[in-house]
Amino acid sequence: MLDRRELVRQLLIDRGDLLVVSGLGSATYDVAAAGDHPLNFYLWGAMGGTAMIGLGLALAQPERRVAVLTGDGDMLMGLGSLATIGVKQPKNLAIVVLDNAHYGETGMQASHTKAGIDLVAVALACRFKHARAISRIEEATEVRKLLHAGEGPILVSARISEEDVPRVLPLRDGHAIKQRFIDALNGA
Amino acid sequence: MHTPTDIKTSWPDAIYGHFRRVGVRQVGYVPDAGHSRLIELCQADNSIADVVLTTEEEGVGLVAGAALGGQRAALLMQSSGVGNCINMFSLLRNCGFGCVGLITMRGEFGEFNPWQVPMGTITEDVLKLAGFLTYRIDDADAVDDIVGAGCDMAFDGNLQVAILLSQRLIGRKQWTR
Repeated sequence: MLDRRELVRQLLIDRGDLLVVSGLGSATYDVAAAGDHPLNFYLWGAMGGTAMIGLGLALAQPERRVAVLTGDGDMLMGLGSLATIGVKQPKNLAIVVLDNAHYGETGMQASHTKAGIDLVAVALACRFKHARAISRIEEATEVRKLLHAGEGPILVSARISEEDVPRVLPLRDGHAIKQRFIDALNGA
Repeated sequence: MHTPTDIKTSWPDAIYGHFRRVGVRQVGYVPDAGHSRLIELCQADNSIADVVLTTEEEGVGLVAGAALGGQRAALLMQSSGVGNCINMFSLLRNCGFGCVGLITMRGEFGEFNPWQVPMGTITEDVLKLAGFLTYRIDDADAVDDIVGAGCDMAFDGNLQVAILLSQRLIGRKQWTR
């Protein structure tokens, strides 16, 4: 089982101009803990929408790399978006599901992945170019390379520990998060 | 086999003209008879990414992502789809993402299917509650003017604008065996 904070830290090392969208709850805290960055779009709500924000961004910025980091609960709520992404086949989009098989924000109730629902198999069925599960930190280097150079769409299901970690709270003002991102993307 | 007929085809061209004018580059939609011509126009345009969705709420995320990347996006949906989007609309309002939604109405004038009525009769109220400016069009002659104004308000002002295309405008859905 992976330590979520250490995994996300390693995935975002030397991130360059990588564009990052993080799903509400723990994924947003993990991305913030790895280091605040103007090219992070932190979600605090809109559950189920993270992957689609990644798709809109990837289509708008085909020369840039887009990484969606989110939890299993958010990905399950937006399961249909994997089919939508599969239709568009964005080469520059990768999704990392931080999968602890539980709903961390609401008291650690079991999610569908706990019952064996397989997001990697769903992604492959949705014509993702690459989909895999990881459970060892040694695999982080390879996943980081996928985020920067792998042909998308990519989905990585990272089997993380259920262990609770301290919250690291980034910006919460949606207008500020958006504008900071757009300004950074435009090199302002 | 049921086949929808009696769909007028002039007003979608006016909407498409405004998409071109204001530089809409992504269009999210769930297949819809009322929007069929507009969808075809967008699909045929290489400057527009047409994104077919499994549910309308995916389109709300698409609009936000497009805006983050510097592109304008529009949503095409039926009135029933509005109900699928309600929580996701908070993304647009909370961050100030400009959005224009073209809503083909069901469940009103001459609707033969009562299952469309509950959502159709609350669609405009729901949109208002979710923070949208709403404009309703009953007459094909008004499409150009209102859609033009709506697109400008959405994208120049980062506002959420919904344009309701009434069932009377679209034409009563007629079913033949």
